[in-house]
Amino acid sequence: MIELDAHDRSILAALQEDATLSAGALARRIGLSQPATWRRIRRLQEAGVLAGTALDLDLEALGFTVTVFLGIKLATRGRVSLEDFERAISAIPEVQSVQHVLGLYDYRVRVVARDLADFERILRRRIMTLPGVGDVEANVLLSEERLPGPLG
Amino acid sequence: MDPFAKDEIIAIFMLDETDRRILRQMQAEPGLSAAALAERAGTTAATCARRIERMRARGIIRAERARINWAALGYGVEVSLRITLDKTARNAFDIFIEQARKIPEVIEIQTFLGRVDVRLSVLARDMAHYRQIYRSRILPLPHINDIEALMHLSTVRTNPVLPL
Repeated sequence: MIELDAHDRSILAALQEDATLSAGALARRIGLSQPATWRRIRRLQEAGVLAGTALDLDLEALGFTVTVFLGIKLATRGRVSLEDFERAISAIPEVQSVQHVLGLYDYRVRVVARDLADFERILRRRIMTLPGVGDVEANVLLSEERLPGPLG
Repeated sequence: MDPFAKDEIIAIFMLDETDRRILRQMQAEPGLSAAALAERAGTTAATCARRIERMRARGIIRAERARINWAALGYGVEVSLRITLDKTARNAFDIFIEQARKIPEVIEIQTFLGRVDVRLSVLARDMAHYRQIYRSRILPLPHINDIEALMHLSTVRTNPVLPL
């Protein structure tokens, strides 16, 4: 496991805000030389700490006004394989993420829709018809904030 | 017609097929070089750069963010805490969220309409560390009515591509 110092934490926090920052801009921000900053970024990449980039889009501006999180419990009868269920649900275009969880539900699924009517269509036609689906709970997302995490 | 709905329609219609192609490719592989992105979107590098700049200026592209693999930093446990709040307390949401933000291991706060009011994503090094965070930081949070925990086992799908 990789150990981080204060400079590494600043780099991670800055890149979480803006991954397009150049090594030069980052270096000026944290007060290191550009080559030193570049070496640190490389080290974080090689250790797998920097695991790619995520695009943060304004969903509403793109016409997706509704985000719903589903808790899905698989029916115990029928013995559907987890792999089959995961493959089928991941293939639905409106499904944005699928997490396998332990607790009240088996899966936590993020779904985007143009509006509530669109969501109902997706739920009824695409999700409730999947093999093995048992209990489903839906919570409509009102607000969401991501925090930098334990980098302080 | 409500003015927000109108703004929204304008925003959608301002995106043309080229914008959509660029967004699709950016989502499919974020962090792609400008040249590779332009080629995949079937446009020139200059057009591609101009369109991306325009979508940023209009707030459609909010940011490109580095994804941190917390497990590589020794955070092997991620728990989703689904919380219902005591809504009879005044400003229960605001007060709860303000306090939750101060916990460094909380990496995400979402609010909902439904059976669950708030969800926190909490990182921990291991179960012993989680138990410590839960007892010393989570349980003392104000206005909690009930907490349910879902332990994260694996991510089956992530890096979403919107059906644009």
